[in-house]
Amino acid sequence: MKKLNSLFKLQKLQESLAEQRESPKSCIAVCGGTGCYAYGAKDVHKAFKDEIKRQRMKDKVDLMLTGCHGFCECGTLVVIHPEEIMYVRVMPEDVSEIIKESVLKKNIIERLLYIDPASGERIKYEHEIPFYSRQQRLVFGSNGLIDPTSIEDYLAIGGYSALSKVLFDMKPEEVIEEIKKSGLRGRGGGGFPSGIKWETCRDAPSPNGTRYIICNADEGDPGAYMDRSLLEGNPHSVIEGMLIGAYAIGSNKGYVYVRNEYPLAVKNLGIALEQAREYGLMGEDILSSGLSFDVKISRGGGAFVCGEESALIASLEGRMGEPRRRPPYPAVKGLWGKPTNINNVETWANVPIIINRGAEWYSRIGTKGSKGTKIFSLVGKINNTGLVEVPMGIKLREIIYDIGGGIPGGKRFKAIQTGGPSGGCIPESLIDLQVDYEKLKEVGSMMGSGGMIVMDESTCMVDIAKYFVKFLTEESCGKCVPCREGLDRILDILTDITEGNGKEGDIELLEELASVVKDTSLCALGGTAPNPILSTIRYFRDEYEIHIKEHRCPATVCKALIAFTINEDKCTGCGICAKKCPQEAISGEKKEPHKIDQEQCIKCGLCRDLCKFDAVIVS
Amino acid sequence: MIELTIDGIRTKAPEGMTVLEAARGIGIVIPTLCYHPGLSAYGACRVCIVEVISENSSSLDASCTLPASAGQVILTNSERVKKARKVIIELLISSCPNSKTLQDMASRFGVNKVRFKIKDKGCILCGLCVRYCKEQMQSGGIGFVGRGTSRKVAMAFGVTPEECRNCGGCEWICPVCGRACTAGNLVNGLCGGCQNLMPVETCPVCVHCSESVGAKGHKVY
Amino acid sequence: MEKQHDNVQDIIKSYGGSLDSLTSILHDIQSEYKYLPEDALRQVAKGLGLPIIQVYGVGTFFKSFSLKPRGRHQCTVCLGTACHVRGAPAVLEEMERQLGIKRGETTEDMQFTLENVNCLGACALGPIVVVDGKYYGQMNAGKVNKTLAKHKESPTRKKDEKVKLSI
Repeated sequence: MKKLNSLFKLQKLQESLAEQRESPKSCIAVCGGTGCYAYGAKDVHKAFKDEIKRQRMKDKVDLMLTGCHGFCECGTLVVIHPEEIMYVRVMPEDVSEIIKESVLKKNIIERLLYIDPASGERIKYEHEIPFYSRQQRLVFGSNGLIDPTSIEDYLAIGGYSALSKVLFDMKPEEVIEEIKKSGLRGRGGGGFPSGIKWETCRDAPSPNGTRYIICNADEGDPGAYMDRSLLEGNPHSVIEGMLIGAYAIGSNKGYVYVRNEYPLAVKNLGIALEQAREYGLMGEDILSSGLSFDVKISRGGGAFVCGEESALIASLEGRMGEPRRRPPYPAVKGLWGKPTNINNVETWANVPIIINRGAEWYSRIGTKGSKGTKIFSLVGKINNTGLVEVPMGIKLREIIYDIGGGIPGGKRFKAIQTGGPSGGCIPESLIDLQVDYEKLKEVGSMMGSGGMIVMDESTCMVDIAKYFVKFLTEESCGKCVPCREGLDRILDILTDITEGNGKEGDIELLEELASVVKDTSLCALGGTAPNPILSTIRYFRDEYEIHIKEHRCPATVCKALIAFTINEDKCTGCGICAKKCPQEAISGEKKEPHKIDQEQCIKCGLCRDLCKFDAVIVS
Repeated sequence: MIELTIDGIRTKAPEGMTVLEAARGIGIVIPTLCYHPGLSAYGACRVCIVEVISENSSSLDASCTLPASAGQVILTNSERVKKARKVIIELLISSCPNSKTLQDMASRFGVNKVRFKIKDKGCILCGLCVRYCKEQMQSGGIGFVGRGTSRKVAMAFGVTPEECRNCGGCEWICPVCGRACTAGNLVNGLCGGCQNLMPVETCPVCVHCSESVGAKGHKVY
Repeated sequence: MEKQHDNVQDIIKSYGGSLDSLTSILHDIQSEYKYLPEDALRQVAKGLGLPIIQVYGVGTFFKSFSLKPRGRHQCTVCLGTACHVRGAPAVLEEMERQLGIKRGETTEDMQFTLENVNCLGACALGPIVVVDGKYYGQMNAGKVNKTLAKHKESPTRKKDEKVKLSI
């Protein structure tokens, strides 16, 4: 019988599993995150499995498909333990060589190592790669050490110790004090002090004592996938956090509301919950402590607004995801009118760490107002795309250049967008900004869920503003007038500007309309929607003016304002572009420079993508 | 009883009362569209916004869903409120110009131009009909479908459901249906007929003025 | 269509017929039938004791759900910010042009459905297009033709690929 019905049994199991891991056996960890999956990690893993079987090496080497390692640019990632050699861009064809050389002979295969673009050196070990060495991977680090579908792995690295500490050594009020002391703030975007939320929920009156715990996994920000990687890669860390929260707040029932676009997260979470139940770490009388708690998975899908607390609750009540007026806040009156504590995935994952290592230790990381670390998804025009976990207070410059490796193609950094559609763009002049909740708000952006989109000189800021507004008009629930109609009209104006129909006074009109939407919307979707517009006008007003006054797009992005022409000096007359042009707008003799008929051209960009001689100019 | 201050007047309100109701209690009439005393408060039109003053900042909030709380300081007609309300009315007109209720409101609050594209939906999505059906008739024949600018009031699959009582309440309560602007030509979304109204400062009692106000004088009900 | 009703009843039962699982029930129904048929929605409303307009409303609110039958092949273009910055709109436009439909629509011959999604979490490969569960990274307008051609004659996606984006 697997069920652990005492603290003693749990500790014994943890010890024995930890011991097993210390064996001298090698372990090959293949990254199973979505990014690597898209690169073919499944095939790599299978190749290893087959090869190990073929060579009858099961007793010599373990194979593990782990959670996301974060360095998505270089997938498929493979780490050989215990040496911690990291191989990048591994293909199934490399597998037999890896087994032969690195596992059996302990040799390093140079060509599979990461090359540091700054120094040109090949780096052997994971922790020496600048991308990793500059991070502080408290929460995310465990992803690479465990198979997310194995609770035994989680237990072996000390999982569920925090829960047992809380159940047997701490009173619920003490747990809440600890979370308050740590300074943990909501990692989903709101940044509300979690300890205070927990306390409010615990203290809120509930006639029959029912309180709910919810994990908000409806990560909707485009470009942000931290929560997904945590749920896929280390679901038990989130479950443990929720269990601790349930004990502290006095709840027996919890939900994880996860968007259906994350099928692997749903799957791995389901497996983790089942395993937790088997071991008696979820369900009735956990570890004989008296705490009973269980979690149900609820799936959203295609509704960004359901990341908003009251909209999420509406969806759980079987209704459309329409936000409600707050106050009353969900902590006081939430699901079915009962006190409900909702926290983001990353927030929950921080809880066991705080309990294990203490609020005192945790509060020493970060800045005065923002404690601990934050996982960011660093994407866009950046060399090292991936998920990075850094202490609060780190400078943007460090994230972009030291960890991110700078801008590809030697292009110039222009801006970084943080906080998703609720955030703003931060220009180069502020690149030494220390990242924390307050500082980001001061410059017109916000932390949000942690998306960081890097933009270079070839990004048009008006186009970016239009992109976000368009996104939000499609995601708006449509209940209140300012958001539904206001954002739609803002989109009209921005579209006019990007099509060369902007008028004098449009910028001022945008500012006026955006302020009203910000001030009068019912929920935070409308309330923060104007941020991308207001911040781009604040820092890139000249771009707007050039679009309006000169009908020109400096970054050559806005289609109506650009023209594709062929540089006769570079054109070799190979004719590929003419063949592929969907409008048959390119003409020319063989081996003679070709010409694009401007009337026919629909500016799809195919010719520019196909031309091997860089002969297509966009002006 | 909760003590709060509205437009400089100190007043008391029972627990659970909204700022809108508390204001009406002292004769301050805040304009509304989606509010109805017999139905649950919805907070969708945002016309009833008021300014909530706190120590170092202020914010705008819909008074129909804002619970009165101790020590609150409320301004119902400050510059900030007036400016925001004008834009909201402008947005409403641009999405449903052919409504006398909205045209009257536009005139009362000094909206004399509509700077946005007119996209006539014939509905302001106030939800009064939906709430009437659900709460008054205990039915659930109609409801909201879709999202964002495609949100509309409809019946499932476009078919009258068995829950529908044929009471006609949805049409009756609608501030737009059957109360079309009668002036004739809408110029750039605005009806010329009500342009000569006296500004609202001289008429603080009216809620839904259904008579033309201005040179002809007005009736107070 | 007795069989359809049994399936739907089983799905409702498997979630204990509770309101907090409405969206999960709809997702499962959609996995079975590739869309949400009217009959099934009416059955769900009855099974959960809800007015049909509420279930219909939820079905039209969440973009994941489709009340219209979908094509044999599912094309999903990622329009997340990272992919946008790397040129996803041009890819989408070319797909729309080649398939002759706009996003959210299905070709007349019911072969292809074109949709978009906001962030698949594989930003390093952007712009990304997923066709029948297969990821195509670093897309540009020039690669669209070949990508679609690969799936034009291939059989419909397998029954066990229940979820829309299989990995």
